[in-house]
Amino acid sequence: MLSIDTLKVHYSGIQALRGVSLEVTKGETVALIGPNGAGKSSLLNTISGLVKPNSGNVVFEDTAITGAAPWAVTKTGILQVPEGRRVFAEMTVLENLQVGQTALHGREPTYGLDDVFRVFPILQERREQMAGSLSGGQQQMLVIGRGLMGGPRLLLLDEPSLGLAPVIIAQVFSALSELKQQGLTILLVEQNAHLALTASDRAYVLEQGQIVKSGASADLREDPEVAALYLGQG
Amino acid sequence: MLAQQLVNGIVVSGVYALFALGFTLVFGIQRILNLAHGAIFMTGAMVAYYVVKAGGALWLGFIMAIIASGLLSVFVEIVCFRRLRKTGDEEFGGIISSIGAGLVIMTIAQRVSDTLILRFPFETFPVVIFKFWGLRVSMLQLFMAGAALVLVFILGYYIYRTSFGRRVRAVTDNEHAAMLMGINPNLIYSQTYFLAGALAGAAGVLVGLAFNSINFIMGEPYLMFGFVIIILGGLGSIPGALLASLVFGMGQTLTIAYLPSGLTDTVIFAALFLILLFRPHGLMGKEEAGNIRGRR
Repeated sequence: MLSIDTLKVHYSGIQALRGVSLEVTKGETVALIGPNGAGKSSLLNTISGLVKPNSGNVVFEDTAITGAAPWAVTKTGILQVPEGRRVFAEMTVLENLQVGQTALHGREPTYGLDDVFRVFPILQERREQMAGSLSGGQQQMLVIGRGLMGGPRLLLLDEPSLGLAPVIIAQVFSALSELKQQGLTILLVEQNAHLALTASDRAYVLEQGQIVKSGASADLREDPEVAALYLGQG
Repeated sequence: MLAQQLVNGIVVSGVYALFALGFTLVFGIQRILNLAHGAIFMTGAMVAYYVVKAGGALWLGFIMAIIASGLLSVFVEIVCFRRLRKTGDEEFGGIISSIGAGLVIMTIAQRVSDTLILRFPFETFPVVIFKFWGLRVSMLQLFMAGAALVLVFILGYYIYRTSFGRRVRAVTDNEHAAMLMGINPNLIYSQTYFLAGALAGAAGVLVGLAFNSINFIMGEPYLMFGFVIIILGGLGSIPGALLASLVFGMGQTLTIAYLPSGLTDTVIFAALFLILLFRPHGLMGKEEAGNIRGRR
């Protein structure tokens, strides 16, 4: 479904990605783990068009989207849920979700308001509240919901657990597994490798802008190197 | 007497609001002070004048003025700011380039008008005075207040009640997230600048009619007033700009009416300092409004 071929990105003199290749097939959840600054977010932002690659290709369902503008990328159904809970703070929860529909560009919605409210009931309760006044966990749910409103065929999730309490993380990830069961394809960037490897089918390990390991998430969990470096056992 | 001054104050405030709303809208969405806004205001008045002079009806001139100043404003954004934004130099670079754009527009207007003060032909706007409850209100004043009210209402409806407006607010709030939701910010900027310019142009026509005097530098005092108003209201805040227009317009009218001449600006600016002392972010401003780069 998504195919990335030797993608290289450097900006401000720093080489963020040094020839990254990866594949995501329809219906699977793929995790991208690795330390801070490994280039995980750069990769998502390059797919989304916020960052222009220096070389390499991004192909989504036989369409090359390399270097396309972010709003053009959303037309294909690739939707990024950005890191750091970037809600539209001075708009209501409902309005945030409605803005998400812009990404449809006339495509059929795959999730309506009701579907989002079913996954995250708290959003329905808070629908008239300003997004900026929500708690961190609620904001994370809102940005995921906002992404769903854009009819994603591939959802890019950037650090959904960042800065959240364990209880909230569990809620967010149970919602993600529900979405996965409904058939949504997900590319998940996550610093919390344990979470990421539990929630995904396959995973790639990114270090200093390069893929150093890949494989089934269950296998990577057992991999001694991964366990030592990322799972805090060793 | 007081009631009469209050009526006058409301009319003046309405014109200030039209001017300041566009000014603050642009600041809110791009953190740019468009110092060509006064020249765009003046362009509105000039266009209406030349349409009327060429034999067109006033309403036609009014509509043409709104469209022309809206388009001019879009043009200023593309020429002055769009390239600077790519390099991230818009904060100060934008101030300089918009001063430049303002000068170019004013110089062209000076050439076209031959540096003359232009006046609408007599009775372009029918002189009708209504007298009631001891007040004298001209039809022009009613028209000004009505036009300001209608345009402010349209703007408010557009920004707060339509999907277009939601996109404008989304870009204002967080440009990156908005792009990831499929919004092309350049389209939003063009729409916003059109609205801002159109409102300024409408204000220009109203002022031109009220004083029956149009010249190439008529926008400059309004640029100054507009600047004061959007700082007073809180940079980027639409309700703030409305409230501040009322405070400023009323304050100005009342000080002119009741205080010795020449004291007006002193009193107004002293009051501004005082308000900013207690509310540094303006009447309805957010803390980050002062922090120009805080958004990204």
